[in-house]
Amino acid sequence: MSNHADEKGARMGMWFFLYTEIMFFGGLFVLYAAYYHRYTEDFIVAGRETMLVLGGLNTAILLVSSFAVAAAVRAVSKSSSRTAILLLGVTVILGLIFLFNKYLEWRRDFADGYYPGSDKMASGPVGQSIFFALYFTLTGLHALHVLIGTGILAACLVLTAKRRITADRMSFMENSGLFWHLVDIIWIFLFPLFYLLL
Amino acid sequence: MAAGQSFYQTPSSDRHSGIGAWLLTTDHKRIGLMYGAVILFYFFVAVVLGLLMRTELMGLNTKIVSAQTYNALFTLHGVIMVFLFIIPGMPAILGNFLMPIQIGAKDVIFPRINLLTWYLFVIGSVLVIISLFAQGAPDTGWTFYVPFSITTHTGVTLTVFAVFVLGLSSMLTGINFITTIHTLRKEGMGWMQIPLFTWSIYSTAWVQVLATPVIGITMLLIMIERLFGVGLLDPSKGGDPLMFQHLFWMYSHPAVYIMILPGMGIISEIFPVFCRKSIFGYRAIVAAGLAIAAIGSLVWAHHMFVSGMSDAAVLVFSFLTFIVAVPSAVKVFNWVSTMYKGSIFMAPPFLFALCFIVLFSIGGLSGLVQGAAGPNVHIHDTHWVVGHFHFVMFGGAAFAFLGGLHFWWPKMFGRLYDFKKAYIGGAMLAVGFMMHYFPMFILGLEGMPRRYYAYLPKFWALNFFAGIGAYIMVAGIALIFINLFLSFKNPQAAPADPWGATTLEWSVPSPPPLENFVKEPAVEPYPYDFAGKAKKLKATGD
Repeated sequence: MSNHADEKGARMGMWFFLYTEIMFFGGLFVLYAAYYHRYTEDFIVAGRETMLVLGGLNTAILLVSSFAVAAAVRAVSKSSSRTAILLLGVTVILGLIFLFNKYLEWRRDFADGYYPGSDKMASGPVGQSIFFALYFTLTGLHALHVLIGTGILAACLVLTAKRRITADRMSFMENSGLFWHLVDIIWIFLFPLFYLLL
Repeated sequence: MAAGQSFYQTPSSDRHSGIGAWLLTTDHKRIGLMYGAVILFYFFVAVVLGLLMRTELMGLNTKIVSAQTYNALFTLHGVIMVFLFIIPGMPAILGNFLMPIQIGAKDVIFPRINLLTWYLFVIGSVLVIISLFAQGAPDTGWTFYVPFSITTHTGVTLTVFAVFVLGLSSMLTGINFITTIHTLRKEGMGWMQIPLFTWSIYSTAWVQVLATPVIGITMLLIMIERLFGVGLLDPSKGGDPLMFQHLFWMYSHPAVYIMILPGMGIISEIFPVFCRKSIFGYRAIVAAGLAIAAIGSLVWAHHMFVSGMSDAAVLVFSFLTFIVAVPSAVKVFNWVSTMYKGSIFMAPPFLFALCFIVLFSIGGLSGLVQGAAGPNVHIHDTHWVVGHFHFVMFGGAAFAFLGGLHFWWPKMFGRLYDFKKAYIGGAMLAVGFMMHYFPMFILGLEGMPRRYYAYLPKFWALNFFAGIGAYIMVAGIALIFINLFLSFKNPQAAPADPWGATTLEWSVPSPPPLENFVKEPAVEPYPYDFAGKAKKLKATGD
């Protein structure tokens, strides 16, 4: 079996996998839509309590990291592995900063009682509690994806350094990049839904 | 490697031998058979659970099991049959074994992921069993409806996690199969030269990829709800249980097409071979399969007509349900038309295929009764529904599976079974099946609910009668499998092509060699060209 068919197949399989990820998050977006429809006012009030600055910062971080990954893939295909390692290093660090920001955010949310089941939420309208339930479920699952993605890209970094990823053998690298872009794109949808509600 | 030596003698990575040659293999045929061993084991377990349930219901006041045990019985019977037998059964056993050979490939495109799916499947199935004993057997039914599933104290968390893992396995299999069919077809095999079983595996794989992630997130939501109580599905905290039902059926209705589509593919292979005639309407069958996969993904809410949806939603979903019956009917029409003026050659696979047509038609038509908004209110959650889906899933999918097993058994194991016992077993199964499930339609119309431990005295006679049918059915299943396993004692090896079939898997030895083909396969312009085959046989004087 030729290497060519393998690479084509690996890329195609990855796209199908990304598709399943979209369906996976899609289920939660359906929940968001239904509950937004039912509790519009509550969602808007609760949406003001999320931290726009940190959310915005994290959006910028992911966008830059996505660029870095794309550039790293390009660098590998041009056989400049030193640049690729540098860019991958940047991406991994950005991923970790994203997670750290997430931690800061959640710590504040818990301290101020913005989580389902807190006394504050129990005394307020149920719609606000539902908003934060969605907020933690969706951003939590997304953060899990960031964590996995960071791990995979770190593996890419090591493999590139060990010359196991080269211009002829880069489907793992390409597919890891695709995964990272997906993580980025999902965040692009989460950001307005939780931080930019008027 | 000696040419033509079967894959049993040649481990797919030669570093391993003995049991390691199986557990660490990447050969699609070995993986298919490993799936077979596990899946059949669970099938037998679930049959016994079902038989216990029906034995309990045979008497009006029998107390063979307690009410709580009865709840656990129907939950496990459902979970095992759905997630551990019918969904993986045909794609993972027969699809794995045959699809690569049918398209002229040496293996699937991701052989290691293929092995991974088997391990995920085994882990998931073991988790199901552990969940039985960890905190008490789950008692929610296989549908895990909230709010009960988030408040019951039984081990539901582990059960739904098991379903999540099984879903992952099924989804990866789907990705693997779609990619394989796209990239590894033998040169010269265009889309309209693909055998119909492979086509059905392709349609099925799309449903697996499209729908399975939704059950993943749904099961995860139950776990989140049970562990953290966030309230997304809990009405006391502002959540809406109806949303759970939507998400659940968004997967679980398309999943019934995961169960039946490969069966339709098997039937489409069996009919032309045993009628010695090209399949009637090859393109129509392909299109119908894709249409079922597409429309079948849009009918989920017909499970929820009495759950409190708007009338507009009920009408739309009822309409779509009627639409999805059309491609299924097209297929039945094509199969029956294939027999017309065919030269029919009777063998056990064909008996199962004929039974399939009758039972599946009854199942399909009874489904339309449920899909209509009015009658649905009357029969919802009654025994009618139990009768209906067993006609489709057992009379349809499982009969097709048995037909496929008898059809490809000589290919997989290189041995033919005894025909007479197969006929008797098949006939017992069909008769027992009718006696068992047909009364359920009547019971349902008269108002006997499903999942109830006790019932009114007026339902006794039919329940008793159905119980007798259940025993005949189980005896039939036993005979069928004993007969299949006895074939291993048959000293005579099966020929490469015992049925006179035309697709590629019959051009290789039985059982096939390691990378399937002894010489490069030649793709015919049309996969069911019996006239061409006859001509060729005549020319070679065979």
